Amino acid sequence: MKKQLIAALLLLAPAWALAAGEQGHLAEANIDPNNTQSLQRGARLFVNYCLSCHSAALMRYERIGKDLGIKEKLVAENLVFGGGKVGDLMTVATHPDDAKEWFGTIPPDLTVIARARGVDWLYTYLRSFYLDSSKLTGVNNLAFPDVGMPDVLWELQGWQEAVIHTVKKEDGSESKEVTLELVEPGLLTPNEFDRAIRDLVNFLDYMGEPAKHERRALGVKVIMFLMLLLVVAYLMKREFWKDVH
Amino acid sequence: MAGNTSEKWQGGLLGWIDARFPLSSMWYDHLARYYAPKNFNFWYFFGSLALMVLVLQIVTGIWLTMNYKPDATLAFNSVEYIMRDVNWGWLMRYMHSTGASAFFIVVYLHMFRGLIYGSFKKPRELIWIFGMIIYVALMAEAFMGYLLPWGQMSYWGAQVIINLFGAIPGIGETLAIWIRGDYVVADATLNRFFAFHVAAVPIVLLALVVLHILALHEVGSNNPDGVEIKKHKDANGNPLDGIPFHPYYTVKDIVGVVVFLIFFSIVVFFMPELGGYFLEANNFIPADPLKTPEHIAPLWYFTPYYAILRAVPSIGGSAFPGVLAMALAIVVLFFLPWLDRSPVKSIRYRGTVYKVWLALFVISFVVLGWLGMEQPSTVKTIIARVCTIVYFAFFFLMPIYTKIDKTKPVPDRVTS
Repeated sequence: MKKQLIAALLLLAPAWALAAGEQGHLAEANIDPNNTQSLQRGARLFVNYCLSCHSAALMRYERIGKDLGIKEKLVAENLVFGGGKVGDLMTVATHPDDAKEWFGTIPPDLTVIARARGVDWLYTYLRSFYLDSSKLTGVNNLAFPDVGMPDVLWELQGWQEAVIHTVKKEDGSESKEVTLELVEPGLLTPNEFDRAIRDLVNFLDYMGEPAKHERRALGVKVIMFLMLLLVVAYLMKREFWKDVH
Repeated sequence: MAGNTSEKWQGGLLGWIDARFPLSSMWYDHLARYYAPKNFNFWYFFGSLALMVLVLQIVTGIWLTMNYKPDATLAFNSVEYIMRDVNWGWLMRYMHSTGASAFFIVVYLHMFRGLIYGSFKKPRELIWIFGMIIYVALMAEAFMGYLLPWGQMSYWGAQVIINLFGAIPGIGETLAIWIRGDYVVADATLNRFFAFHVAAVPIVLLALVVLHILALHEVGSNNPDGVEIKKHKDANGNPLDGIPFHPYYTVKDIVGVVVFLIFFSIVVFFMPELGGYFLEANNFIPADPLKTPEHIAPLWYFTPYYAILRAVPSIGGSAFPGVLAMALAIVVLFFLPWLDRSPVKSIRYRGTVYKVWLALFVISFVVLGWLGMEQPSTVKTIIARVCTIVYFAFFFLMPIYTKIDKTKPVPDRVTS
């Protein structure tokens, strides 16, 4: 009886997480887009763990190498798998129909996922898998209830379980809260895992808009030029308007 | 005017051209000897800025068209192709997307200028009408352009707006299918919207801008005092309170343009999404006809009308009253020159009543704009209804309150 009750509560866990507010519970990703090493590690994680099912079909390997300071030879050896060329788009070999059969849905392309979901959501999502025997994949996700994706990072993170606490508020009322607890450690410590996810999200953010760095750098120059032009334009206006009374 | 100046320009290339085309006389009529009141203030920058943004949109639009694919299976990816693989493509795209919002900001401020200084009043009714048609054409242009990136918001925004036509009794459903070219928004819709967005509407816009300026130069510009400068002329027949547009206002407008470009660049280079107001996060998810987003809202420049649409209760399950109210909210603006019965133009010489009504109108317009982005709730619906009533009352009661409002004496000449 008790077991069934707990199972029932666990089934409701995602609903509580949702009810707690769509954006409220997101952990901050705190990515550093200027940290090239973080981006490089993220790229490596991405091609090893994500790119087998998810495509990034609007992005070229070559561009990653160029932007993240990875030599073309290294890009070919470490990022491109399955005989592709560095100039290729980052597509996947998995057939959409197969993917649909395996996961119930086609894994979305991840090229601009960071722009659609936001980095905080991605960071939270990737750390929120927990064991759920009622699911075909054996896992569920607090940030994305009933997600079709299996926990591909379990090897790094280990397994988490959802634990329901009763929290007493200041006004005396009680509410249920769900937290995730590590029940089986993975290859990485929780801190190392968080860092790895931060690297991965950093890379996804970069991939969402590879021109971001260039955009900001150019912006500074353009605005400085416009400031100078403003002085000249204002002086010219003042000169011409001297004879208007 | 052209007669006495042409002698100076006899001969040379210009003389050759002038004998065949009114180049010099156009230059004089519209720039070098177009006399504009000397007391233009801050609010008078937005006309020339609107023209500049139009040119910016056309130029960036042409370059985007070079790599954009108007095809439901290719459109989304082609935009990302522009963002990464096309040299400076990201700049063209952000300038265009920011330019769309900037266009509306500038146009709304330009229209507000008309409201405070009575620029729509006799003899400038036609300028106002042409301007209003430009505004409506601009809305069509923006709406159709927003479908082109083929993201979720593009798709479902278009779906919602086209469905509004479906609410028209009798012909609605047929009309909506005719507009879409399909039973849902699909490739056919994308193709025709592309055609309208890059060819038909821009041509109409350009022609209307020419008419707007020709009408303006025929009667002359209004000014913050709302007095006619043509009433007092010097011995040469030039208005005493006027100065030639060129060079005085060309050099002044350059300052305005540079200031505008600084703000524009801050958005383009540092916050192109502007927190989701200029580019929505959901639009980075490719259009999916099977997945309706939880929250569909149009871009900010349409939200006041969208809020009016939702504020009006449906009758017998039909959203038609709301659609009608939304259309009326725009149509009523056309009649402004005849709704206003005040003997004075400028707010400087109007009484308190008009000022209070104008303030209420601006507040309700802004609040409606905010409500149009929000999920509806009971309280918000009530606020939206109150604002809708204020919006319409501003126009429908105008003939009464502008007539009874006390006015101050208008000076003979412009004040500096």
